[in-house]
Amino acid sequence: MQIKEDTLNYLAHLGRIELEAQESKILSGQLKDILDFIDQLKKVDIKDVSATSHILSISNVLRDDLSGESLTREDALKNAPVKEGNFFVVPKVIE
Amino acid sequence: MELNALTAHQLLKEIAAGGSGSRDIVSGLVARNKQLNQRVKGYVRLDDSGESLIDDRSSGSGVLKGIPISVKDNICTKGLNTECCSQILQGFKPPYDATVIRKLKQAGVCVFGAKTNMDEFAFGSSTENSCFGPTSNPWNLECVPGGSSGGSAAVVASDQAVWALGSDTGGSIRQPASFCGVVGMKPTYGRVSRYGLIAFASSLDQIGPITKDTRDCAILMNAISGHDPLDSTSVDIEVPDFTESLTGDIKGLKIGIPKEYFVEGLDKEVKAVIEEAMEKLKSLGAKCLPVSLPHTEYAVPVYYIIATAEASSNLARFDGVQYGLRNKDLKQGLIDMYKRTRQEGFGQEAKRRIILGTFVLSHGYYDAYYLRALKVRTLIKQDFDRAFRDVDCLITPTSPTPAFRIGERIKDPLKMYLSDIFTISANLSGIPAISVPAGFTRKGLPVGLQILSEPFTEGMLLRVAHAFEQNTPWHKEKPKL
Repeated sequence: MQIKEDTLNYLAHLGRIELEAQESKILSGQLKDILDFIDQLKKVDIKDVSATSHILSISNVLRDDLSGESLTREDALKNAPVKEGNFFVVPKVIE
Repeated sequence: MELNALTAHQLLKEIAAGGSGSRDIVSGLVARNKQLNQRVKGYVRLDDSGESLIDDRSSGSGVLKGIPISVKDNICTKGLNTECCSQILQGFKPPYDATVIRKLKQAGVCVFGAKTNMDEFAFGSSTENSCFGPTSNPWNLECVPGGSSGGSAAVVASDQAVWALGSDTGGSIRQPASFCGVVGMKPTYGRVSRYGLIAFASSLDQIGPITKDTRDCAILMNAISGHDPLDSTSVDIEVPDFTESLTGDIKGLKIGIPKEYFVEGLDKEVKAVIEEAMEKLKSLGAKCLPVSLPHTEYAVPVYYIIATAEASSNLARFDGVQYGLRNKDLKQGLIDMYKRTRQEGFGQEAKRRIILGTFVLSHGYYDAYYLRALKVRTLIKQDFDRAFRDVDCLITPTSPTPAFRIGERIKDPLKMYLSDIFTISANLSGIPAISVPAGFTRKGLPVGLQILSEPFTEGMLLRVAHAFEQNTPWHKEKPKL
């Protein structure tokens, strides 16, 4: 299956990646090969088969709502590429 | 033998006898790194001196006191760079230790500061997708060490490490262990905490040991296994002493040989090595029976839907705000900043997987791809459930080929994906699996034997692997460097 250029651009937007024209071209060919390969799954009879999103039978692991130790503000901010005072800095969001 | 060539259990004996201490062991490794790291390139961010900060802030009296460990670059080590070999995590120093690291420090293990090389975010089967460049296979420097834990496997094989931690999402511990002639285990999903492992595909990832022999594998499994409240998928089940499984006795065990693993595409020399291994296991008293895992051929396509879907979601956190790289163009808006940061920071394979994962989850394609893959995953798991009704474990080749040349598959992603054809099913089914050295090709490249068993029976894997190892010479062979 060939992914059209506008679809690829839309996917890149959803995935928040900027693609250069050359990158898009290579990627589009590779994705076609991969999707053609994946298409063999269409042969499998999946009628009445349930989906496995997780192999363990555990679900909804809960804990008591108690306060405990957590990262200090300094530690949480230590790796930020841009920070000011007690905040992460991001580009202006509101016009 | 030099200290750096010994296993952890041999070193523990040395230490107990008062022969050497932790410092001697570390200086042995440093000397070896100085001699070899520029050629093997298994460690990243290691300068020419071969020395790296050792983190030995441990409680002090654990059973593994004085033994260093080398750690893959995607496992968080407090204050020590952990970058997943990606530019987007440049300079990241985790503010906390992964649970496995905390447990190891409590046991007295010291963490080697330079981390081991890997494919960026564990995306790959050759360690070529690293922003630091590829690692070489110690048995032939022109070949890949496998991947994605190629750095960990290479430093263990070249005696630049006592032992190491890797992570396995589709074979990333077992395949490099096979290519480098060492032991590698992917534990049952949920056996080892994933807290502090930078996530690739959360329903498949497991941390596990890469070691010089099966006894070290058992010792390291004892140290890292167990329930962890910080990982909601960690299972609260008793952890046996895995060294007790090293009995050497496999008489009467029923071993299944899945016929779907011995088909076209399997290298002739690899096939011959595995058939010889089968004969060895029979001579030790095991019974080999043919079994069938009919959905085997679908494992790779299922994996590349599920793994990329989960990866595209997990990698959303790398946005240039909290850590790592940030595109510094000040005039852009928020979304543009995300896009440019991610364009600059991610390598080609990461971008490919994010796009593919986004596609299979997107409106209009979700049912046809993602949901279908989850259903076929059920069928693959049921194949194993059925097989384990008749046999105690299964044996297969770990990889269809020995190590391939650097550059040989990197331009063809699909061909690279097929490198994992024999290892992926264990991740999709959550079952444990181990790779042990089983012989060599005529050109001197190692070949690994994979053993698989039911969930939470790593002891069974170790029992069979140990009996095989103790009755063959392969684990004692060392690359000539």
